[in-house]
Amino acid sequence: MVSKERIKDPKEGLENFGKDIVKQLEKIQNPDMSLPVRNLSNIYFDDKSKLIMLGDKVSHRTYLNVAHTRKFMQTVMVASGCKKLIQQGVTTSIRDLFYNMKHTIPKYNEETFETQEESDPLIEDIEASLNTLRENLHLHAEQKGSLVGPITIREPSFDTENDCTKMGASGYGIPSICEPETVQFRDCKAEFVLIVEKDAIWQRLNEDRFWKKHNCLVMTGKGQPDRGTRRMINRLHNELKLPIYVCADADVWGFYIYSVIKQGSINLSFVSDRLGTPQAKYLGLTTQDVAKFSIPKNVTIKLNEGDKKRAQELLNYVWFKKKDWENEIKHMLQVGYKLELEALSSKDIRFITEKYLPQKIKEEDFLP
Amino acid sequence: MADQVAGVKSAEELAKTQKGVSVSEFFEKNRHLLGYDNKIKALLIIVKEGVDNALDACEEARILPDIYVKMEEVGTEKYKIVIRDNGPGIVKQNIPKVFGSLLYGSKFHRLRQNRGAQGLGISCAVMYSQLTTGEPVEILSSVGDGKTHRYKMKIDVKNNIAQVLEEETLTGKEWHGVQITFVCEGVYREHKQSVLEYIKQTAIANPFSNIVFEGPTGRFDFKRTVNELPKEPKEIPPHIEGVEYGVFERMLRATSARSVASFLTTEFSRLGKTTADEICKVAGIDGKISPRRVEDKDIGKLVQATKQVKLIAPPTDVLSPLGDKLIEEGLKKELNPEFIATVSRSPAVYRGFPFQVEVGIAYGQSITEFKIIRLANRVPLLYQQGDCAITKSSMEIDWKRYKFQSDKLPTEPMVLFVHICSVWVPFTSESKEAIASYPEIMKEIKLAIQEAARKVSLYLSGIRKAEYQAERMKTFEKYAEETAKALEDLTGENAKKIKQLIDKVVSERSGEFQDMGEEDAEEKTKKTKDDEDGGEDE
Repeated sequence: MVSKERIKDPKEGLENFGKDIVKQLEKIQNPDMSLPVRNLSNIYFDDKSKLIMLGDKVSHRTYLNVAHTRKFMQTVMVASGCKKLIQQGVTTSIRDLFYNMKHTIPKYNEETFETQEESDPLIEDIEASLNTLRENLHLHAEQKGSLVGPITIREPSFDTENDCTKMGASGYGIPSICEPETVQFRDCKAEFVLIVEKDAIWQRLNEDRFWKKHNCLVMTGKGQPDRGTRRMINRLHNELKLPIYVCADADVWGFYIYSVIKQGSINLSFVSDRLGTPQAKYLGLTTQDVAKFSIPKNVTIKLNEGDKKRAQELLNYVWFKKKDWENEIKHMLQVGYKLELEALSSKDIRFITEKYLPQKIKEEDFLP
Repeated sequence: MADQVAGVKSAEELAKTQKGVSVSEFFEKNRHLLGYDNKIKALLIIVKEGVDNALDACEEARILPDIYVKMEEVGTEKYKIVIRDNGPGIVKQNIPKVFGSLLYGSKFHRLRQNRGAQGLGISCAVMYSQLTTGEPVEILSSVGDGKTHRYKMKIDVKNNIAQVLEEETLTGKEWHGVQITFVCEGVYREHKQSVLEYIKQTAIANPFSNIVFEGPTGRFDFKRTVNELPKEPKEIPPHIEGVEYGVFERMLRATSARSVASFLTTEFSRLGKTTADEICKVAGIDGKISPRRVEDKDIGKLVQATKQVKLIAPPTDVLSPLGDKLIEEGLKKELNPEFIATVSRSPAVYRGFPFQVEVGIAYGQSITEFKIIRLANRVPLLYQQGDCAITKSSMEIDWKRYKFQSDKLPTEPMVLFVHICSVWVPFTSESKEAIASYPEIMKEIKLAIQEAARKVSLYLSGIRKAEYQAERMKTFEKYAEETAKALEDLTGENAKKIKQLIDKVVSERSGEFQDMGEEDAEEKTKKTKDDEDGGEDE
């Protein structure tokens, strides 16, 4: 059932998914849905594409296993919910879908879904098992990322052209579905893309018109970037050949945000080719910058046990096995501190826009 | 004599105050040795002695016992106790001896599985009554000849004989059995170690008996549920392994055997000519000489020699165990449990005495807490639980191995019933409250309990499985409707039809997929710590 080829007609895929279960029932078999395993045990780092890819391991969700029965029902419900969306030609948020499916099971005092956390992973299961994409199932997440800079973005379905230099303080909200059919690039004058981890820093860069001074696009995913933002980065690089620089906190979580932008995530390894941008480079922050930029020690934060443990995990990931990264992570463990982007403000409020970023870009002081 | 101090008495002077003490006098001063150490316990012991005797008498005469016990308060801390049985009765001339002199009885000189054995119990009860209230006991007895002999008597403590106060023979009533009435000091309570508990446990261990107890708080009927008596125990001569020097000497002096060798073969259990000759040879004594001619110094040699030769174990078919059926009946009728497991071990031997261990475990339903019922020759033991081999053995068992919650003893709602029968039960004291911890006995008790515990554990895991199975079916049923509806939307097939298919699969196939096994791997696909993509699609 796990197809290697990305299917053309997701509606048919969903129907076949259901027919397969009914067929098993007709044969009086324990209904069994095979789903790709989406965890560390079933991913590999593809050296050629430099992306995290999904392996071949399949798990079985069966009806006659009490640990699975509820999830089995929920998965079928998610599939049927998606089919209805496609049939009706509407797109909705994954949150809407959750509410749409949530109700009390008749005669039992139990909800079909308690929280959205129950339905979201099942959508990913369906995507991975049908080898389709959420957007093809007419689903999107809440818009999260922002973009500002010299580019015009056309959205044919809304018949709008958005000049991203004229978006004011909030910038252009990156749609959750960011496919060529819905989001098109026009008149890009930018020379590179700068992605910052935090909205606060993005606000600073926008206020200082950093994008104007340095002729670039400035984006943020507000923490771990959502799929739309990552797809946008991927397309800006692939279609417009723009270099991608990532700027995050000098801590394990910041480093991993960069990692997800660059080589994709473990959970969504089945769409790494569309979401990952292997050519992205890490601009900062690093713990080695502290000495380089004479950042006062009192703005650093002591590593806690969670940081140290996670650092060891990062060192174990194949895609972190690069000399510069190993040096940085080991350096962090050695000095025993981390620091946030905001720490740069201790030198001066505009230090990041006037000194730190320009120097980094000029000297091409990046981590791979 | 330099070491003499003033006032030293000569041996002659001391001799004037030294005199023989009768057993009765000894008891008068040391009644705690027989268990009469408090007023609550005293009532229990009197009832116990009376009921034990009654049951023994009925069983020996092969009569299904009907026992009546009445207890009423007749003054402050003063009770009248009546115990009546339907046994064979006691012939007239023996009545004063049985009740009026300590250590008189038919049982002390033989080895046979009985409740009482020393001829001490009932006369001590008489003693206790007269000591505490000064009242005589009244005895009615009939052997079924239409005559009832009535006695009122006390014990002449100095001479250890009955002091008959009244004596008459009544006619006009056809019955057989004995009725004895005591008036004694006591305090009546109904708790763990009470008359009521004793009678209840007796009823459990003797389900072939009818017992009525009319106590200060009302009437309790313990009905007979089995109409046959256990097989009759057999009497055996002692086995030489368990005979110590003193007894050996006494037996040797009293024997009517013509030679030492024939003394050994006739007076002891399972001792043949070859073994007898070998004992004599090892002892360096001529087996043909008369026992009377054996010198004192040679007696020790003979006793020593018995320890060096190979002996045949005593016969074990002389015991009268309850058997699985009686144990189950008894536990069922008085405890109303959910499940009963019983185990009967084969007889074994300690110190030359055959013994046998039986265990029953009653679990659940009306039982609310863990309790041990200890029995020796069908008599409940209520006191000194901690010193008893049964309790000690129970505590040495690894109950957790049998899936019981436990800290030394289980906390499950169950009753552990342990019965030891033997021609000679080794009690830790004359009050017969706890069984001595001989390794052979401990081992047998443990093996029996373990086997019973295994049975209960198997039963409980079956229950758990059944409950689990029911829970599974409920789960499958619960999600079927929604699954069918969603499948209808997906495939266009009719939801009702799909629901029926699911029901069919559940009813026909669910048994095959008991364990979580491989499919469980799926559960592990939940996000692990290693999978910290977090925050996507918030």
